[in-house]
Amino acid sequence: MKAGIVVFPGSNCDRDCFHVLRDVVKIDVAYIWHKSTSVGEIDLVVLPGGFSYGDYLRCGAIARFSPVMEAVERHARLGRPVLGICNGFQILLEVGLLPGAMLRNKSLRFVCKHVHLKTENARSMFTTRLEPGEILKIPIAHGEGGYFCDERTLEELEANNQIAFRYVSETGELGDEFNPNGSLRHIAGVLNKEGNVLGMMPHPERSSEQILGCEDGRKIWDSILEAYR
Amino acid sequence: MYKAKIDVTLKESVSDPQGQTVLQSLRSLGFQNIESLRVGKHFEMVLNANGQEKAESDIKAMCGQLLVNPVIEQYTVRVEQV
Repeated sequence: MKAGIVVFPGSNCDRDCFHVLRDVVKIDVAYIWHKSTSVGEIDLVVLPGGFSYGDYLRCGAIARFSPVMEAVERHARLGRPVLGICNGFQILLEVGLLPGAMLRNKSLRFVCKHVHLKTENARSMFTTRLEPGEILKIPIAHGEGGYFCDERTLEELEANNQIAFRYVSETGELGDEFNPNGSLRHIAGVLNKEGNVLGMMPHPERSSEQILGCEDGRKIWDSILEAYR
Repeated sequence: MYKAKIDVTLKESVSDPQGQTVLQSLRSLGFQNIESLRVGKHFEMVLNANGQEKAESDIKAMCGQLLVNPVIEQYTVRVEQV
């Protein structure tokens, strides 16, 4: 399996993703410059975190018009995996590969801390290595992570099992005090209907090695790898 | 030439914590008569267009493609010839 990490001006988690995929997960990995009109011969596209185009206008609003995004959309339509992390998730929302939009955190503050996630869908290609309901500890770092969509879309997400992760307590309880950004129904990660596009605000690349205090993110990379075997 | 003023705000159905915070701040300054407050974005644009209608339709297209996210935002436009 080979992964490609898209680099936008202002991406800042691209190298972390590259390091984890090459040195920890041990797969082939390449950078894809945002001006490229092709993603090349790769299986997994990663849209990394950061502040593409300075987050001007709205997070991800400018990046979604980068030339590479047409290639990313084609890749997704072929049923191949696309993972958007943090700013990558925001870009997937702006480009319409995932439904909904991001609002400023309810607290109006940038939040950077470890959170707990409950695995809501353990059958997608991003979560096969997880048990249904499994709790993951993964850090977030964002100012605009309040997931929002209209009522009808929300019902569709629930009905189609498109909510991948929700923010919970360490023991898996739902509650506003465990929701770091005011996301609707505590949503932390969303899949497209086909299940090959995942957007998540938490950063699995920052929690894939014990030296960083937690390896839970590794299970997401390993799931994708397993789906490709 | 035309001058356009575009106001973008969060939809009524979307909570606006920034607006709430500003509202509370104004109330604490003694302005108790505020009913509601929403914070938004304002764009001012000068553009060339072949007639008012064309200017308005161009701006509508710009809002649809980039300036506004219809999932969470709504907008109003004023266009005048300058």
